[in-house]
Amino acid sequence: MAADLCRLSINELAPLLSRREVSPVEVTEAYLARIDAIDSELHTYITVDDEGARAQAREAEARLAAGETSPLVGVPLALKDVLATQGLRTTCGSRILESFVPPFDATVCTRLRQAGAVFLGKLNMDEFAMGSSTENSAYGVTRNPWKQDCIPGGSSGGSAAAVAADLCTASLGSDTGGSIRQPASHCGVVGLKPTYGRVSRFGLVAYASSLDQIGPLTKEVRDTALLLNCIAGHDRRDSTAVPEPVPDYLASLGQDIKGLKIGVPQEYFGDGLDPEVEAAVRGALKTLENLGAEIIEVSLPHTEYAVGTYYIIAMAEASSNLARYDGVKYGFRAPGNNLMEMYTQTRTQGFGAEVCRRIMLGTYTLSAGYYDAYYRKASQVRTLLRRDFDQAFATCAVLATPVAPTPAFRLGEKVDDPLTMYLSDIFTISANLAGIPGLSMPCGVSQGGLPIGLQLLGPHFGEPEILQVAYAFEQATDFHRKKPPLP
Amino acid sequence: MALTREEVLHVAELARLSLRPEVVDLLTRQLNDILAYVEKLQEVDTTGVPPMAHAVPVLNVFREDEVAPGLSREEGLANAPAREEGTFVVPRVI
Repeated sequence: MAADLCRLSINELAPLLSRREVSPVEVTEAYLARIDAIDSELHTYITVDDEGARAQAREAEARLAAGETSPLVGVPLALKDVLATQGLRTTCGSRILESFVPPFDATVCTRLRQAGAVFLGKLNMDEFAMGSSTENSAYGVTRNPWKQDCIPGGSSGGSAAAVAADLCTASLGSDTGGSIRQPASHCGVVGLKPTYGRVSRFGLVAYASSLDQIGPLTKEVRDTALLLNCIAGHDRRDSTAVPEPVPDYLASLGQDIKGLKIGVPQEYFGDGLDPEVEAAVRGALKTLENLGAEIIEVSLPHTEYAVGTYYIIAMAEASSNLARYDGVKYGFRAPGNNLMEMYTQTRTQGFGAEVCRRIMLGTYTLSAGYYDAYYRKASQVRTLLRRDFDQAFATCAVLATPVAPTPAFRLGEKVDDPLTMYLSDIFTISANLAGIPGLSMPCGVSQGGLPIGLQLLGPHFGEPEILQVAYAFEQATDFHRKKPPLP
Repeated sequence: MALTREEVLHVAELARLSLRPEVVDLLTRQLNDILAYVEKLQEVDTTGVPPMAHAVPVLNVFREDEVAPGLSREEGLANAPAREEGTFVVPRVI
């Protein structure tokens, strides 16, 4: 029974909790035992908060006893270690924040706590969310639960692998260029990057502020809608959190997709796309067509410029955002004889190689004389990329594409070649540049035993349509029921 | 616009990073590879295209200027690498 509890989605667990057939304490203990048993191998967690989780579970127990029925009361979740948790170490995968204990909660954490969720701990990630494989963590690599010599994807690799391995019921990640969707794809779970501004970023450690967005990773589509209901909405502490009303995302589930137009951007099916990935995604399109959707071909002509645009903008914003790590107010400090030496040694010893590379590139492109050629140019191409999507969504409700060009690659395979690593984000980064929502869900398994993902993109605030299509696909298939080969 | 070794060292100084001598050449090569790749953007005609800073422009976000509790001094200093008498301590400046 204990191990079975960990397999359940929120949707499956919530009725057991509200009918008091199982207690939050029992479920939390089951997860802590499972983490203890298998996470030394997979390493999805940076910090497991045993005591905190037990205390929260007891509180949830009391809330259920008092008759509360909200679907998240007593549900054990875990958080990417980029989200501030009051009183619980938040490292961002970096040595520079090794002992940082936030004095406040991120808004998403506040909301989930109010809804009664239990936090098991903090999940592994590429340092400052910079990476596509979770190999850039200062706390060691995370292994893909499906095949342990492969990467789980990144940067929310811990968040995706923990959900896939039943080490939490669901998790939160963050997505700046694909960091929720790509690991969700590689680990065979559902992951949503909401519209920019849909979810408050307060308490999310900043990487590239015009692109970063928090979102859920879950075992099934309904759970994603449920978590989005809880975390979406305006926040007075994040002026970019859009004051657009939040619909009930559960309401879009179960509506049929007959006659709904789904666009397929031809630029996403060219050279470099692994044949097995292409076959799985084409198979998914066939399924959607059989469900009554109308599949039409569309064009996103500036797609080939997305990676270059993204890396200029993201690195420029990163170099500015990471200037705050100076060893003065919090975080690691290296000794120095004077202020400048202290700053320089703190940053040099505190940051890993990829973070330094991005800070260097961003500093260069923003430096005197280069701004127009790089940052301004990229911001203009960004407008063109957004217009591509505006035009496509004038003819269809959602777009369907691959998430990543290949299934998960092997640990170490691309770690010495930053540019090749960047190119693995080619299908996900446009959504961040345009600010549109995107979801990844399982649509196949490769011959090598690795999951393959389908990406659904929608216009700004098009989460209801994305969830509608995703749920219809999930109901018609059983990819989400496949589990990695773990004890 | 290839970066020279000297420029890389200058950028490192601007970014307050100190590069070990043995990584400078590797980093110079990697940065030049990335810059060569992003050169591709120059192909795009962007005449008259406005730059985009944010995906969903939200203008003039106002709220009432109300007094609300913030972090206490103790909470603000709790993570300080060095502190004294309620302040952050840094190495001698002057």
